[in-house]
Amino acid sequence: MSTSNHEADSLAPGEAPDRKQGAPGGVIVLFFIVGFALSMAFGWLVFPKLLYSEKNQPFDFNHKIHMDLVDSGCESCHVFREDGTYAGVPTLAQCADCHQDVQGESKDEEVFVNEYVANEKEVPWLIYSRQPDCVFFSHAAHVKMAEMECKECHGDIGESESLKVYRENRITGYSQDIWGENIAGIRKNTWDGMKMTDCGKCHEERMGSKGPCFQCHK
Amino acid sequence: MKIDRRSFLALGLGAAAGTAFTPLPWKLTDDASIWTQNWRWLPLPEDGDVTYETTACTLCPGGCGIRVRKVKDRIVKIEGLPEHPVNQGGICALGISGTQILYGGSRVTSPMRRSGDRGKNEWTRITWDEALAEVKAQINALVDADKADTIACITGSDRGTVPLLFKRLLAVLGSPNFMTTATMEDSYRAVFRKMHGLKGPVDVRFDFENTGFVLSFGSGLIEGWGSPLRMIRAANVWKANKTPMIQVEQRLSNTAAFSGGLLAVNPGTEADLALGLCHAIISGNLHQAGSVSGFAEFANLLKQKYSVDTVATKTGLKATAIVDLARKFANPASRSVAVCGRGKGTTAGSMREFMAVHALNILAGRVNAPGGVFAVPAPDDIAWAGDTVMTSAISGKTRIDEAGTGAYTLADSLLNRIPSGIVEKGESSIGLLFVSEANPVYTLSGTKNVRKAFKKIPYIVSFATCLDDTTAYADLILPNHSYLERYQDVPVRAGLSKPLVNLTKPVSAPVYDTQNVGDTVISIAKSLEGSVAEAFPWENYEDCLAKTLGGRWETLKEKGFVEGEANPVALGNVILPSEMPDIPAISGDGNLPLILLPKDSMRLWGDAVADPPFALKIVPDTELKGTETVVEVSPKTAVAQGLEDGKEAVLTTTLKSVTVKVAVSDGIMDGVVAIPRGLGRSSAEKYLDDKGVNVCELMEPQEDKVSGFDAVIGTRASLKRA
Repeated sequence: MSTSNHEADSLAPGEAPDRKQGAPGGVIVLFFIVGFALSMAFGWLVFPKLLYSEKNQPFDFNHKIHMDLVDSGCESCHVFREDGTYAGVPTLAQCADCHQDVQGESKDEEVFVNEYVANEKEVPWLIYSRQPDCVFFSHAAHVKMAEMECKECHGDIGESESLKVYRENRITGYSQDIWGENIAGIRKNTWDGMKMTDCGKCHEERMGSKGPCFQCHK
Repeated sequence: MKIDRRSFLALGLGAAAGTAFTPLPWKLTDDASIWTQNWRWLPLPEDGDVTYETTACTLCPGGCGIRVRKVKDRIVKIEGLPEHPVNQGGICALGISGTQILYGGSRVTSPMRRSGDRGKNEWTRITWDEALAEVKAQINALVDADKADTIACITGSDRGTVPLLFKRLLAVLGSPNFMTTATMEDSYRAVFRKMHGLKGPVDVRFDFENTGFVLSFGSGLIEGWGSPLRMIRAANVWKANKTPMIQVEQRLSNTAAFSGGLLAVNPGTEADLALGLCHAIISGNLHQAGSVSGFAEFANLLKQKYSVDTVATKTGLKATAIVDLARKFANPASRSVAVCGRGKGTTAGSMREFMAVHALNILAGRVNAPGGVFAVPAPDDIAWAGDTVMTSAISGKTRIDEAGTGAYTLADSLLNRIPSGIVEKGESSIGLLFVSEANPVYTLSGTKNVRKAFKKIPYIVSFATCLDDTTAYADLILPNHSYLERYQDVPVRAGLSKPLVNLTKPVSAPVYDTQNVGDTVISIAKSLEGSVAEAFPWENYEDCLAKTLGGRWETLKEKGFVEGEANPVALGNVILPSEMPDIPAISGDGNLPLILLPKDSMRLWGDAVADPPFALKIVPDTELKGTETVVEVSPKTAVAQGLEDGKEAVLTTTLKSVTVKVAVSDGIMDGVVAIPRGLGRSSAEKYLDDKGVNVCELMEPQEDKVSGFDAVIGTRASLKRA
């Protein structure tokens, strides 16, 4: 072993080896910190901006005005069908019941009536809460049976005066609202996200179990 | 400050460490997994408006109402129809898999002409015009040679307009050879004819909902017997009412497990048990008085040959158990009913057993009594101009199967006699064969002979929706729409308590180049011109349905079904037999040590329609393991034959040797081998083919001396370690 280590062979006792001089330890630590800080900044600040593209709805919609005009709250327009299934976003026919002609002074209503109602074209709304096809969700089970408020998952959208920008995940194609605005996934309110963990958390709290996989993944 | 390679390495390491403390890797992993679910080529159902349409299921004779869930134009789900009297919203595994028949890989996608050898299912596409011209030429050739009476037709049922259109086409051409596949209902009809002297078409109905005590002779009452969903509902009523039920069977089937008691009699001695019960009833003077012929002779026969003690020895039961059961059964307060028809009841079975069980019902006063068994007139509401003339024109002609004549007056059709007839004669008595909604090459016992006979038939036209064992022997396929693409009235037999007619509706546009078989028959008739064309005065099949069904057509279109009322047939004098036919229910070589019995379940369908892939997926490992059939034997049998659980063995009957796997179970009698029915199909569908063995390949048919049907319920076999 010793024959292969010429440096060690020639050393006097107690003498340090004659190494090629490199960057001092402080520089290395500095570089490490810089790398750490840059990637932290990228991960926390830049990445979320890159991940989502911003899209506008076809035209704006004032939930508040409509809520003041109807009797049955959200369910006045977001109806349950006779068989108990949930119809989701109202169809053109539902809206056209009232909006056959322009009624107010809003430009958005003008766009709706002239571009969509007049041409009998469904509005291509961007849906903030759309889930992947592999997820089965029954509104009836939650709203009718468990008597949950719409707000618990959808937040104060019913009180909003305009629609927020739709931020679409460039990789998945789903809305930012599913993951939640907080990139770290931290929740303050029950409506801050719509991931499986959110469903599981609520199920565990109220029903004592997250439920089996096939309850939602049919 | 000196910067070198290590500084950059530190930068990289720092970046990597920093990244781990950001949401980036976790979020990207999550997004990537969702991204993989959204690849464009993944088969996802379309998003769109959901609609429901109602129709009826025809995959088994049960007569359930269904509704299909559609996204845009595609059917994505089949559900039970809540308002239908048979299933009230329920649905079985076969019914729910119907979408795989509609869109599945075994569909016949256009008219086809055979291009390979018979048995190979190899086809060349042709046009409808070419196909119809070919049928026309075949019919004309036989008519010109004065052999029109050799034109035959096999259908799955003789009810409703489609089978009757075939019957009419044959009649107007001068052929009486319209045949259907035989089921337990045909045996019940034969019993009503034999023991009540009834002549016309008569149906059996069971008032299960009001029964107080059920005695089943091997009937899989909750495993697909009669109308499967109706029976499951009836069983729920029995459970709620604590209705006692006794099952006579050699294995612990689901029905046996559901029942309150299992009587495992020696295989083939079920009729003896019924007669022993009759003897106990008569000797205990428990029988109901009525107009009965031959009572003294019957009592004498029982005393001589079927005394309780003799029957106890023969069946392996205790004499006291037989007497107790007889007392309970005959007690008028029991409102009992005895039922037969093995497994799902899709085979005719032995007349000896049917007669013995019916005699038991007669003695206990359970025929045409609430909660019992009823004889009701078969519906005759389809009447077309000229029917009588055509029927009388062919009535003098001999049928190829001899049904209704000579020694076979009890049966309307004896399809089981055709293969042996052809093979014995060495030539086909059928010149041209039509097959619609039936799969005789798969369902008739003694498959080898059936194949041989079908090879000899000069020309076979199939009207199948999917390729199957029988289409493989056809020369031409004129494909029918699937049941989800066509109108068809479907009168339901299946022992329901009320007469019922369902209507299937085109809830999907035709997926392939197919045609409603009703339209095809009308087109064939019209192409023949003259009196044949005149006998089919309708524009098309829908016009025929509308004109034939009259007032019911609109109701059927709107509601999907019409329920009627049927008063029981006056039974007149009961004729009890003075001698019981001696027909061994177990065929084959008596030297073989074991008895092979088919077993039916709700997961495997052994009739004309094969399990779609979804349904096949739920067949348990104890019936099908990989591509091998699994047979069930008792631990004692396994030891005696040197068999091991899960290991391969060679199953041999007089007809065939096959390799199977063995499942050792405590729930089966010693000396019995149970084999699942419904496997071993050849359909040209990769999910179904080469899976297990068809029971009929192993079962040697046994002609019933009384009815002429195939009486076989089991066959002798050996099972040796492979």
